[in-house]
Amino acid sequence: MRENDIILQTVSKVAVFIILTFGVYLFLSGHHNPGGGFIGGLTLSSAFVLLYIAFDVESVNAGIPLNYKMVAAVGVLIAICTGMGSLLFGSAFLSQSSAYFNLPVFGKTGFATVTLFESGVALGVVGVVITIMVSISEDV
Amino acid sequence: MISIHAFILIPILTAFLIPIFGRQFPKLHLGWVVLPVPILLFSFFVSKIPVISANKAITGSVAWIRALDLHFAVYLDGLSLIFTLLITGIGSLVVLYSIFYLSKEKESLSHFYTYLLLFMGAMLGVVLSDNLMVLYLFWELTSISSFLLIAFWFRRKKSRYGAQKSFLITVGGGIAMLVGFIMLQVMTATNSVQEIIAMRDSIQDHELFVPSLVLILLGAFTKSAQFPFHIWLPDAMEAPTPVSAYLHSATMVKAGLFLVARFTPVFGGEATWFWLVSGVGIFTMFWGSFTAVRQNDLKALLAYSTISQLGLMMSLFGLGSAALQGGASTNSIIYTQAIFAALFHLVNHATFKGALFMIVGIVDHGVGTRDVRKLGGLLSLMPITFTLSVIGSFSMAGLPPFNGFLSKEMFFTAVLNAPEMSIFSMDTWGLLFPIIAWIGSIFTFIYSMIIVFRTFLGPYRRERLEKDPHEAPIGMLLSPIVLCTFVILLFFFPNLLSKYLLAPAMNGILPTYQNMEGFIPKISAWHGFNLELLMTAGVVILGIVLMNTYRFWNVIYDLFPEKLSLDRGYQWILAASESGSKKATDRYMTGFLPNYLYYIFGFLLLMVGGTLFLSGSIAFDPSNDASVSLYEGVFVGIMSIAVVGILFAKSRMTATLLNGLLGYSIAVFFVLFRAPDLALTQLVVETVTTVLFLLCFYHLPEWSKEDRSWKVRFPKIIISIGMGALTVLIALSVQGNKLFESISSYFEDSYELAGGRNIVNSILGDFRAFDTMLEVVVLFIAGIGVYTLVKLKAPQGGDKIERK
Repeated sequence: MRENDIILQTVSKVAVFIILTFGVYLFLSGHHNPGGGFIGGLTLSSAFVLLYIAFDVESVNAGIPLNYKMVAAVGVLIAICTGMGSLLFGSAFLSQSSAYFNLPVFGKTGFATVTLFESGVALGVVGVVITIMVSISEDV
Repeated sequence: MISIHAFILIPILTAFLIPIFGRQFPKLHLGWVVLPVPILLFSFFVSKIPVISANKAITGSVAWIRALDLHFAVYLDGLSLIFTLLITGIGSLVVLYSIFYLSKEKESLSHFYTYLLLFMGAMLGVVLSDNLMVLYLFWELTSISSFLLIAFWFRRKKSRYGAQKSFLITVGGGIAMLVGFIMLQVMTATNSVQEIIAMRDSIQDHELFVPSLVLILLGAFTKSAQFPFHIWLPDAMEAPTPVSAYLHSATMVKAGLFLVARFTPVFGGEATWFWLVSGVGIFTMFWGSFTAVRQNDLKALLAYSTISQLGLMMSLFGLGSAALQGGASTNSIIYTQAIFAALFHLVNHATFKGALFMIVGIVDHGVGTRDVRKLGGLLSLMPITFTLSVIGSFSMAGLPPFNGFLSKEMFFTAVLNAPEMSIFSMDTWGLLFPIIAWIGSIFTFIYSMIIVFRTFLGPYRRERLEKDPHEAPIGMLLSPIVLCTFVILLFFFPNLLSKYLLAPAMNGILPTYQNMEGFIPKISAWHGFNLELLMTAGVVILGIVLMNTYRFWNVIYDLFPEKLSLDRGYQWILAASESGSKKATDRYMTGFLPNYLYYIFGFLLLMVGGTLFLSGSIAFDPSNDASVSLYEGVFVGIMSIAVVGILFAKSRMTATLLNGLLGYSIAVFFVLFRAPDLALTQLVVETVTTVLFLLCFYHLPEWSKEDRSWKVRFPKIIISIGMGALTVLIALSVQGNKLFESISSYFEDSYELAGGRNIVNSILGDFRAFDTMLEVVVLFIAGIGVYTLVKLKAPQGGDKIERK
C-alpha cells in the first residue's frame, strides 16, 4: 500500500489531460507528420496507465466505466470493416483514398479514409494495452 | 442460371435466421417456420424435371477466387436431380415428422433446425457442385452438421461418443478425398468435374491416377459407411430419430454413392475401381445384414440394415463400372444394368428406409423402448403403424408388391451377370458375387421380418414397457404414410420414374451408351420363372426356416467376440493416439518457460544462421556507411555499460531499469537518425513495457533463489551470445547483399501514391495495410489470451464434470 502519493496524484490529474490531448494530436497529425494510429493509441493508453499507477484500479474503473475488451474488439472491427468499405466502391480490399475539402472555419482540410482505418488501430491498441495491464494487476 | 446457387444457399441462410425466429416467437413450434423451405426447394427441383428428362444439364458458375480456379459452379443433371429430390422431398417429410416428434418445451429446437437446415444446404451443395474444392467444402459441412445433430442430446455420453466417432471417421475419409481431388487437379489442371470427365482418356496412364482413385474411394467409403468404416453408423443412431431417418439413411450416407456415381465416368473401367467398389460393397452388404440380425435395439438393427443396403448399391455401382472397360458396345451393355439397378434401389431405399425409421421413432415415442426383447403384440394397439411397417419391411425384404422387390430382382440379375464377365479375372472370382448376395439377402429377409413380427406380433407384455402404448397422432403418421404410398406406387409404375429420373441419370453416368438399344430397360414385375425369382423364393423359404431356428444357430455370432470387433479397434486406436500424442507432447512441453525460449531461439539460430553460412551471404560492405559522429559514439558507450551492468545486477529492479535505459537510448538513436516516428513509438513502448515489468514483479520469484549453477547458465550463455552474434551478422550483411531493386521509390512518391507525406504511416495504412490489419488482429488475440489466462481459471475440480 502506498502511504502518500499526493504529489503523483495531483500531477497526474493535470498530466493525463496533456497526454490525452497530445495523443489525439499525434493521431490526427499522422498523415503528413510524425504520429498515426499506433503511436496515438499507445500515447492514449499510457495516459490511462498513468491513472492506474497514481490511483487504484477500483477508483479508475469507477471513473471510466469502459470495458476495454470491447474497445479492442470495436477497434479490430473498424479496421477490418473500413478495409471492406473499399470493396463497395469496386476497389481492392483495404484501398485507401483521400481528398481535400474547403470547410468554413478550418479552410482547406484534407480527409482520408486511412484515418478511419487508423482509428481502428488506435482503439485496438488502447483496448489491448489496458486489458493486459488491468488483468495482470488485478491478479495480485 | 443463378437461381440454383440461390437454392443451395437458401437453407444455409435460413439456418442463421432460425435462432432469431425462436426468440421472437417463443410459442411457435419452429418446425412450422422451417417446413416451407424444403417444400419450396422441392417444388423448384420438381419443376426442373422436364428440362432434365430431355437430357439437358443446367449449369451455372459464379467466380469466387479466380487465382485458385475456384468457382462456385453448379451442374444439375439427372444424377444430381435424383439426389436433390431426395434431399428436399425427404427433408420436407422429416421436418413435418419432427414437429410432432420433438417437443417444443423440452428440446432446444432452434439448435435442431439450424443444424438441419445447414445440413440440407450442404448436402444440396455436395450433389450440385461441379468444382472439386467447393464440393469438398460442402462435403465437410455435411460431416459437421451431422456431428452437431448426433450430439444434439449432448448431455448423454453415448451421443458425444457417437458424434465424435462419426466425425473422426467421415472427416478422415474426407481429407483423403481432398488429397485425391488435388491429385486429379494436378493431372488435369482443372477443378471442374465435367472437364475432368472429358479428359478421362488422357489421364488414365498417369501415375497418380490409381492413387487418386483409391483416396477418393476412401472418402466415399467412410461417408457411406462401407466395411470396415461402417462402425460409425450404429453409434450415430444416438441422434434424434428424424435425423437418423434423414441423414443416416436417406441422404448423407448416400453422398458416398453419389461420389462413386459422379466419378464413374472418370475411373470406371479401371480394375482397381471395379474390385474395390464392388468387392467392398458386396462384403458390406453381407456383413451389415448378418450383423443386423443379432441386434436387439430396433434402431441399431436399422443402422446395420442401412449399412447392408448401402453396400448393395455400392457393389452395383462397381459391377456397372465394368461397362466402361473397352468402350461402349452391345456386348457390354448388359453390365450397365447394374448401375440402373443401383439408381433405382437408391430411390426405393430412401422411401422404405425413411418410413421404417419414422415407424421405429413412433414405436419408441409410443412405448418408451426400442428393445425387441421387450416389444411385442402392438398390432391391436397401433394398427396403422403396423400396416406401415409391413409395407416398409416387406419392401426391404424384396417381396412383391413393393418397390424393393423390383430392385432386388435387378440386383440379382446384375450379380448373376458378374461371373460371365470376361474381364478383371471375373470368370474365376465372379461366382462369389451371386453367392454372397444371396446369403446377404437371406439375412436381409430375416431382419426385415424381425421388425414386423417381434414388434407387432407375439405376446404383449405391458409390464416391460415404459408407457401405455397408443397410436401416434396423425401428424406423425403422415410422413411415413406418404413414403409408404411411394413404396407401392413405384411397384406399379416404375417406368415413370425410369423415364423421368433414372434415364437422364444413366445418360450422365455413362454418356457413351446414350441412345443405345436396351440401355434403359423396361422395368416389369414379372419376368417368368427365371433364376432371379427362384433365388427370391429360396430367400423366403430359408429365411423363414432360419428365423424360426434362430436360437439354435445364434452361437455363430460367438465366433466374433466383442474383444476382436472393429469397434474395439477404433477405441484402441483412439486411446493409443491420445496417449501417444500426450507422451510426445509432454516430452517437449515441459511447462518450463526457459525451455520454450531455448526452442524458439535455438531454431532461429539454426535456421537463419545456417542459411547465412550455407548460402555464403556473410559479406561486409562498409563503403556506403555514414561516418560515426560523437553523439553516436557516446550513446554506444552508454548502452554497452548498461548491457554489461544487467549481467551483474543484484536485483530485478536494477535490471529492469537498465533494460529501460537501453530502450530509451535506442529512441535517442532514432532521433539522431531523423526517424521521429520510430523514436516516439520506441519511447512510449518502452514506458509501457517498463510499467508492465513492474506489475509482473509481484508474481516473480526472488532473484537470488534462482538456480545460478553453471549447468543452468551455460545453455543460456550459448543461446544469448549466439543470438547477439547472429543479429550483428545479419545487420552488417544486409548492406553487402543486394538481392533486388530498392523499393524506396514508393516511399519517395508516397504523396502521389497514398496521399500522405508521412512515409511510415503511408506504409502502415496504405502500402502494407494488410499487415497492419492482421497485426491489430494478432494484438487483439494476444490481449484476449492474456485476459483469459489470468481471469478464467477453472474452479477446483470443475473440469471433471464434463469428463464423466
